[in-house]
Amino acid sequence: MSLPKKAVLGILTDNLSRRRSVLPLSRNVATEWARGLDIPRGGKTVLYTGHMYQLIPFIGAMADQMKAFEDSWVTSLMDYGRLVNKVINISSFMTRAKNEERQAQNRTLRSIAMLLRESGVQFGYLYDEELYSGALVYDQGVDKVFLSHARVVQKMLADHGVKKAITVDPHTTNMLRHVYPEVLDGFGLEVQSYLEVLVERNSEIKQQLDGRVIVHDSCVYARHEGIIEQPRDMLKRTGLTVESPELSGSLTHCCGGPIESLFPKKAHAIAEKRIEQLAATGDNIVTMCPICLVNLKHAAGEDNIKIKDISEYFAEAFFGVSRTAESVRT
Amino acid sequence: MTAINTLFIESMDQRFDAAACMNCGVCTALCPMEIGPLPRVLFRQVMLGLEEKVMANTDTIFSCLLCKMCEVNCPAGVPIAENVRLLRNRINTTMYGLGR
Repeated sequence: MSLPKKAVLGILTDNLSRRRSVLPLSRNVATEWARGLDIPRGGKTVLYTGHMYQLIPFIGAMADQMKAFEDSWVTSLMDYGRLVNKVINISSFMTRAKNEERQAQNRTLRSIAMLLRESGVQFGYLYDEELYSGALVYDQGVDKVFLSHARVVQKMLADHGVKKAITVDPHTTNMLRHVYPEVLDGFGLEVQSYLEVLVERNSEIKQQLDGRVIVHDSCVYARHEGIIEQPRDMLKRTGLTVESPELSGSLTHCCGGPIESLFPKKAHAIAEKRIEQLAATGDNIVTMCPICLVNLKHAAGEDNIKIKDISEYFAEAFFGVSRTAESVRT
Repeated sequence: MTAINTLFIESMDQRFDAAACMNCGVCTALCPMEIGPLPRVLFRQVMLGLEEKVMANTDTIFSCLLCKMCEVNCPAGVPIAENVRLLRNRINTTMYGLGR
């Protein structure tokens, strides 16, 4: 028995409209990555995480749970689950993210913030007032609920006088740069991915890296946003040899992530297929999307394949191994 | 016999646009999910008003990755991903009672 779409979509949608996220995070979890960095609150230019990296440990845990439910009797109870979820956030009981995974995502965000700072970019952060973009509910076609949420995000940005957002993941980039201006009147935010900002800044590399990496392009960056060469340019500057699998750039193959919430087994099969394609080229895989990262890591399992977020390489090249390890500890 | 519901076409979101599809099959051949009826057969069913057939394919419609592998290679420039999203919206509002 597959997961009941109405109940699952209902829970995600109810969470967005009632709690402003498909998988609500506590304030501490959403903002702990910034602790000790002294990033000013707000400002005309902000680093906008959209909660995507923070959500990943919870999405991973939830995906495991849903995969177990997919063919079980539990699916028949999901309609009741939705009713309960309207009053109590049941996802907080269902998901227990591992602390080390949370810290890994925090390190990624801290690295990105430090890379921007090192490149001379001045930015603020909205801390607990920052909101998830609503990407999943938009993709699932619950337009009215999405639109209502997008208006809340628009107002929050306007209230803080934000003129430019530097994003850290492809989904938030796409939502703020292309979807929001299509559905909202007067949404004039300038949006750049941190990858685009870093390429423009052309900052000095402190430590040349040695090795060969295989780039897995995100569908959203490559096909929706045209971000294909920037990550490669940055990786090449670090000294790494950059290679691409047969399906790459505008022909990149999806990681399966977009259907994880409704069809976890199908999503896993797509990720396994992608891992095979990537492994045929090499075993040091670079991702630039948190959803790709978690899906490919799950599919790779215990194989001897290393999958790292692109920011890890940049941090190593800009700060050196020891400084990275020290400064990104939370 | 399959019933044709002309109101189905008229009541679809006006942004649904598959008129330029020439049924070449590039989309189906490139789909990472290897989804059979999507997009070209399903889109044709929408345009023909075959509501029951379309609505019987909810698993297929929600299985699309929206990855745009088909769309960037479509020789007719059909906005495939947005069409799929609009079909989801139709299902959500008419079948699931979400976001009405």
